[in-house]
Amino acid sequence: MALNGQFPLLRVRNLSKHYGPFCAACAGPARRERETNVCPECGGTAACMDVNFELFPGEVLGVVGESGSGKSTLLRCLNFDQPPSAGEVFYSGADNGHTNLFTLSAQRKRAVRSSLLGIVYQSPHLGLNLDLSAGANVAERLLIQEGAPEYARVRGRTFSLLGKVRMPESRVDELSRTFSGGMQQRVQLAKALAPKPKLLLLDEPTSGLDVSVQASVLDLIASLQRETGVSMLVVSHDLGVVRLLTHRTLVMKTGRVVEQGLTDQVLEDPQHPYTQQLVASIL
Amino acid sequence: MSQAQKPRETLGDSLLSVENLEKTFRLHLLGGIRVEAVQPLSFKLREREFGVLAGPSGAGKTSVLKCIYRTYLPTGGTIRYRRADNGVVDMATCPEQTILEIRKKEIACVTQFFRCAPRVSAEQVVAFARAAQGASQEEALEEARVFLRAFAIPEKLWKAYPVTFSGGEQQRVNLARAMVQGPRMLLLDEPTASLDARAVERFLAALESIRGQGTTCLGIFHNQDMVRSLATEVIEVKPLNGG
Repeated sequence: MALNGQFPLLRVRNLSKHYGPFCAACAGPARRERETNVCPECGGTAACMDVNFELFPGEVLGVVGESGSGKSTLLRCLNFDQPPSAGEVFYSGADNGHTNLFTLSAQRKRAVRSSLLGIVYQSPHLGLNLDLSAGANVAERLLIQEGAPEYARVRGRTFSLLGKVRMPESRVDELSRTFSGGMQQRVQLAKALAPKPKLLLLDEPTSGLDVSVQASVLDLIASLQRETGVSMLVVSHDLGVVRLLTHRTLVMKTGRVVEQGLTDQVLEDPQHPYTQQLVASIL
Repeated sequence: MSQAQKPRETLGDSLLSVENLEKTFRLHLLGGIRVEAVQPLSFKLREREFGVLAGPSGAGKTSVLKCIYRTYLPTGGTIRYRRADNGVVDMATCPEQTILEIRKKEIACVTQFFRCAPRVSAEQVVAFARAAQGASQEEALEEARVFLRAFAIPEKLWKAYPVTFSGGEQQRVNLARAMVQGPRMLLLDEPTASLDARAVERFLAALESIRGQGTTCLGIFHNQDMVRSLATEVIEVKPLNGG
């Protein structure tokens, strides 16, 4: 469906992810009413349940919720890090948005991931090879795309990407392990942006950073978004981060989306009891 | 053409038509009690008019503005707005993407309290609003400086972070950010509350200049002189009996 002349970049339909046993009660309608994501019948866990949303080009969508609400599971399913138990995802950059990407072969999933998606994880060790230099981490990503790589060109692009995330040139060849947390997040960002993705997935990109570093990484993310027009899905438990970066927000609790709306509306006029509690708890 | 935007629906010569707007908050943390913020309110604004929402504190004036900007979800009624392309949307119910588009290009809002990203300079805060509309970085920055100068923000503060500014300076950055967008409609929530007399004069001059370009305004002002000199339309917002 087009809206304002635009088609969604990403459509997610009934995405669910289960861990452990699965029984009739896990699939029954009563599952939506539960206060927990653990099934009382079989003990199975519903990490994500019937998640639906659309993301438009250039849009930044936030996903908030407490630990265990399913935010990161959602993101990892979308990055093909783990297969969902059910659901569909359509991405306008792949096959014109007609194919459910979860049905693709592993090889084609990898191709979609390496050319169309970028991801920044909360822990740098998931997104970076810490035994390689910052430059090598970024170049590795560039090489996947280059048919006949030419050293000077890849090197040049690497410097330009790391420059964009404000990494001093003198440190490009240092081991990623030796960097501070904030620097490592910036290398992850450069790496994620290397293939010029249409969609950037950010999983708690600034959790664990001290506030001054957090502010500079957030400013960097916001300016890169404005410069490149990349769409972003930002998972965070921090409502301040979501307020700063996103246009719209999904609120998740026990694996379900309990509320979604414009970010300022969700924060100033929350409708769901859980969102009201969350907003009332902001420091 | 989406459902929310019907070309055959016209608003006559109104730009904004609010009908039976209601807002009730339901506070789940307090056992689900309901707090009525706006009782049914109807009014119209024509292009280039200056509407002022009047009424005692707590009558719901700010809530009306926030409903129009969709920071609050209206509980009832319609807020029909005629877009630049003449399509009419109900701001109370239209898709969120449509609201985002309208906020970016057509309606700007000056809130009572200024909020912006930390570690972003004043000139960038203002320029971003213009760049979001499609202006180039250089163009946006140039226009941002014009408005910062118009609001007498000293040049040495342009590269400083607005969080470190005084209340009055922050409010002037807030006004610059709204006006640089050259909005079709400007919502103003007590924009002059923290300004001194000189700054109010500059605000009025800037307002006059953008109104000359056709901007329609809807605002809340506590200063009665200002209401008298600005308002072409006074909209009474009545407080609810017994809350």
